[in-house]
Amino acid sequence: MTQTTAESAARKQRAQIRVRTLRTDRWWLAPALTFAGLLLFLIYGVWATFDGSYFTDPYIAPFSSPCLATSCPEGARLFGFAPFGDWYALPPGILILGLPGGFRLTCYYYRKAYYRSFWLSPPACAVAEPHGKYTGETRLPLILQNIHRYFFYFAIVIGLILTYDAVLALVHRPAGLGSWILLVNAALILGYTFGCHSCRHITAGRLNHFSKHPLRYKAWTLVSKLNARHQQFAWASLFSVMIADLYVRLVAKGVINFPFA
Amino acid sequence: MGYKAKFRVWRGEGGEGRLEDFTVEVNEGEVVLDVIHRLQATQAPDLAVRWNCKAGKCGSCSMEINGKPRLGCMTRMSTFEESETITVTPLRTFPVIKDLVTDVSFNYQKAREVPSFTPPADVKPGEYRMQQVDVERSQEFRKCIECFMCQNVCHVIRDHEENKPAFSGPRYFIRIAELDMHPYDVAERKESAQDEHGLGYCNITKCCTEVCPEHIKITDNAIIPMKERVVDRKYDPLVWLGSKIFKRQR
Amino acid sequence: MERHEYDVVVIGAGGAGLRAAIEARQQGKRTAIVCKSLFGKAHTVMAEGGAAAAMGNVNSSDNWMVHFRDTMRGGKFLNNWRMAELHAKEAPDRVWELEAWGALFDRTKDGKISQRNFGGHEYPRLAHVGDRTGLELIRTLQQRVVALQQEDEKLHGDPEAYIKVFAECTITRLMKDGDAISGAFGYWRETGDFIVFDAPAVVLATGGIGKSYVVTSNSWEYTGDGHALALLAGAKLINMEFIQFHPTGMVWPPSVRGILVTESVRGDGGVLRNSEGRRFMFDYVPDVFKDKYATTEEEADRWYDDQANNRRPPELLPRDEVARAINAEVKAGRGSPQGGVFLDVSTRLPAAEITRRLPSMHHQFKELADVDITKEPMQVGPTCHYVMGGVEVDADTGAASVPGLFAAGEVSGGMHGSNRLGGNSLSDLLVFGRRAGAGAAAYVDGLARRPAVTGLDEVRAEALAPLERSGGENPYEVHHELQRTMNDLVGIIRKSEEISEALQVIEKLKERAKNCASSGSRIYNPGWHLALDLRNMLLVSECVAKAALLREESRGGHTRDDYPGMSAEWRRRLLVCSASQDGTSITVEEQVQPSMRGDLIGLFERSELEKYLTEEELAEYDAAVKES
Repeated sequence: MTQTTAESAARKQRAQIRVRTLRTDRWWLAPALTFAGLLLFLIYGVWATFDGSYFTDPYIAPFSSPCLATSCPEGARLFGFAPFGDWYALPPGILILGLPGGFRLTCYYYRKAYYRSFWLSPPACAVAEPHGKYTGETRLPLILQNIHRYFFYFAIVIGLILTYDAVLALVHRPAGLGSWILLVNAALILGYTFGCHSCRHITAGRLNHFSKHPLRYKAWTLVSKLNARHQQFAWASLFSVMIADLYVRLVAKGVINFPFA
Repeated sequence: MGYKAKFRVWRGEGGEGRLEDFTVEVNEGEVVLDVIHRLQATQAPDLAVRWNCKAGKCGSCSMEINGKPRLGCMTRMSTFEESETITVTPLRTFPVIKDLVTDVSFNYQKAREVPSFTPPADVKPGEYRMQQVDVERSQEFRKCIECFMCQNVCHVIRDHEENKPAFSGPRYFIRIAELDMHPYDVAERKESAQDEHGLGYCNITKCCTEVCPEHIKITDNAIIPMKERVVDRKYDPLVWLGSKIFKRQR
Repeated sequence: MERHEYDVVVIGAGGAGLRAAIEARQQGKRTAIVCKSLFGKAHTVMAEGGAAAAMGNVNSSDNWMVHFRDTMRGGKFLNNWRMAELHAKEAPDRVWELEAWGALFDRTKDGKISQRNFGGHEYPRLAHVGDRTGLELIRTLQQRVVALQQEDEKLHGDPEAYIKVFAECTITRLMKDGDAISGAFGYWRETGDFIVFDAPAVVLATGGIGKSYVVTSNSWEYTGDGHALALLAGAKLINMEFIQFHPTGMVWPPSVRGILVTESVRGDGGVLRNSEGRRFMFDYVPDVFKDKYATTEEEADRWYDDQANNRRPPELLPRDEVARAINAEVKAGRGSPQGGVFLDVSTRLPAAEITRRLPSMHHQFKELADVDITKEPMQVGPTCHYVMGGVEVDADTGAASVPGLFAAGEVSGGMHGSNRLGGNSLSDLLVFGRRAGAGAAAYVDGLARRPAVTGLDEVRAEALAPLERSGGENPYEVHHELQRTMNDLVGIIRKSEEISEALQVIEKLKERAKNCASSGSRIYNPGWHLALDLRNMLLVSECVAKAALLREESRGGHTRDDYPGMSAEWRRRLLVCSASQDGTSITVEEQVQPSMRGDLIGLFERSELEKYLTEEELAEYDAAVKES
């Protein structure tokens, strides 16, 4: 609405500042740390998937739970259940990793994290991105980010199974450090899962009259509290699941073998 | 108390310009805008800067201070080292008129593209009954002081001028969210948010939230909820199916 | 030169201007809004507390008559009673209308608009949104303008066919054809190019004059443009001696000195203390208010929860009383380290409650002063806030004495008498903005022919003069000296000798202002803009000082050290300023205040009126009461 009369070409130009950013702080630190953190997780994840020692009674490594193949040891199977037949010979973790993996991949927080740190789009605020073109999440493949809520549904199931694993471990070995590690991990994963933006939408975010749905509003309020810490839960649970997984594997391999392990 | 600070300020009409160096007195308790005003009064009387309330309520003095979008009136000098050179430039996403003043008409044009509040035809003024919990979400977005720093920092248009026609920007996403969550608004806003206002361009990297001087949770409370509402309408087969069946029953 | 033809030109895009423009457009008039800032940045955004309207949502005993009484009392019976009446009657409709345009006020439990307590208002009356009500108002009106533009786009294919905003454009002169208004002349701040509006009706809605003072809550725009344009067009200003000093402005750090601390802080439980920790306001309740305010801290504290059975705390006295009290405490050496007093809410409310009820105050102190108001008291002191005086207008239509000239909001005078109640300005600008817009539309309808703009050469030369001079005065220095003079000599407490001295300084500054030179080009040149604004500030300052010198009493926003009492004789006299033919000097004349209509004066008790009226007027009152 700032109407001008004569408009010369120069008047329609941005400030011709020829540097990428004038920021003087260490703006690259956050994306660099994110990059390192996520990369570590990816490397660990690949290793863990193909690592065979995922079970030592009563602990099952979170990366391989639920264990649904016939190759799984009896005690590792969820409710003693192995729906996949003998033909399945690959590591059992591959069967289920897509679900929590997809949940995190399409998560609104992780999207921010990897768009910034891996794709540099943008690396930090007010720092120019290196790409010539940008269409965001308007077309394939990124438009698929919109199915996040389905991963959320599955993530609830996974979260509950991990909780079940942890409780089972605790029942069998209440004094085991592993049981408690699994329990803390399960709690963080649930905190992350239920703080999900899709969850917030489903509980009551989609409504326009909170006052007419007091129970859903209450749930929304709780989810909103978790949601405000979604980033923290995302990182905490990322590391807790790695630590718990590694711990179980190290116990299974006999590397950790003190009495209360 | 006072000291001499080193300032580098963008000077120039239109886009052509340069960073000019100044040494200027700074007193205790001052903000960047005070220093710019001192420059005006003592060294550069025609230095152009937009400002108004000087209390962070009108959103006029948006500028980039050491590369970061900030309100000049809310950036205390005490947050800088005395030896630091402070660089002040105009908002980068909009054409420069002169010095620190940019042409922000893009935003007013986008404002006009969002259909206004549309209440049901039969509610008369004075008859509105709304619960506090039902208006709180929209009230948060109405805190917006239109400093346009979210628009400026958003890489979708900051780094890609060509996206401007298709993308309304964070300021107008919170406007759409405000109206879509309004207990009395009956207009369709979800599909148009995606198709006409470019909600899908947002990759939720949250710079808008980071720079908001009103601390509005633009991404978490407006953009993502709107994206989810769009999913309901456009991408979620279950909800879509459900709404078809439900409609038929009605 | 760029020229535009409109039916109505509204100068100023604050609440009053936008409401006037909306009304004119709704009545089918082609309307231009001209404003110095960007659209939506007007000073109205600074209003925090709320809009006073007797909707009775919180206390059902409230109605327009109570509001009218409060307004007259607050203005010490100097108000234009017809304006006060219209204001009290129409404010609720204006607030409800905003809601239909998308405003989201805070709610009561039953879903109505919540209302809060404020100084001088008998019942909770202020419709509000946290402490950013002004922003809500501006945004709503701005969005209403956009809605009308969208409508026009659908109907005519051009959103700006009937209402267009000329942002960052300053009007320097109103143009006349004979006696009547024919248009306006100004410049684009952005390019320095000139622009002419051909329009038979002009609505002034330019706000106040605070930039003539050093310590002020007002923004740079408040240079008294509308006041000066009206004077130069031959209209009259009334009540210019009455300037409200808001009792609580920030005093520290120096760069934000004067910025407002909302009265809601006190309405919600904040108390004023001096350096000895005493709640000193109990010592300053004037006789006229003795029976309405608590005398003990216990009673005052009970009032927040039970307003029916307790009297209100003296912190909530009208603004002029509180400002004077703070001034007196500081002068007596009981002030805070940086020259104010303490306003404490931290010991009165839990931290969470403070951040919920006063979010922008919490934010403002945190960011600007590094003070956490939930943990420590604020330091506050009086700041120049509002001018009660302004263009003399007809209450019903907002018409000034010059045909085609209208005024609404702070730039108009009369409504608030000698002192404005908090919350009455937002409702004032809605009620009289609408009336001025309608008045202008009706005036245009009644015209036989469109007036013509002449004399552009002179006004163009006047505007260019500072750029063409070289080596003249620095406008920033002249401005600064004017601010210091007004602040020190015609400030909150005034004396005959000091005002005379100020008038001498103003004369000298007028000469210096004529010699101001601005270097640089016409493109967005703030030095040039200031040089042009100086003319307005000087004219208005002269009005204030001359009227202040004449009024030999103390009332509301005018306190004379040498005449401390309120005089019933002076209540009947209004001071009217007009400019000489060439616009270089001001004359002030007395005018008799018309008596209040019988049914309105009948709303007051005789015992109360005795404090204000002359014997003669009381006799009229008795007669009126007997009749009814």
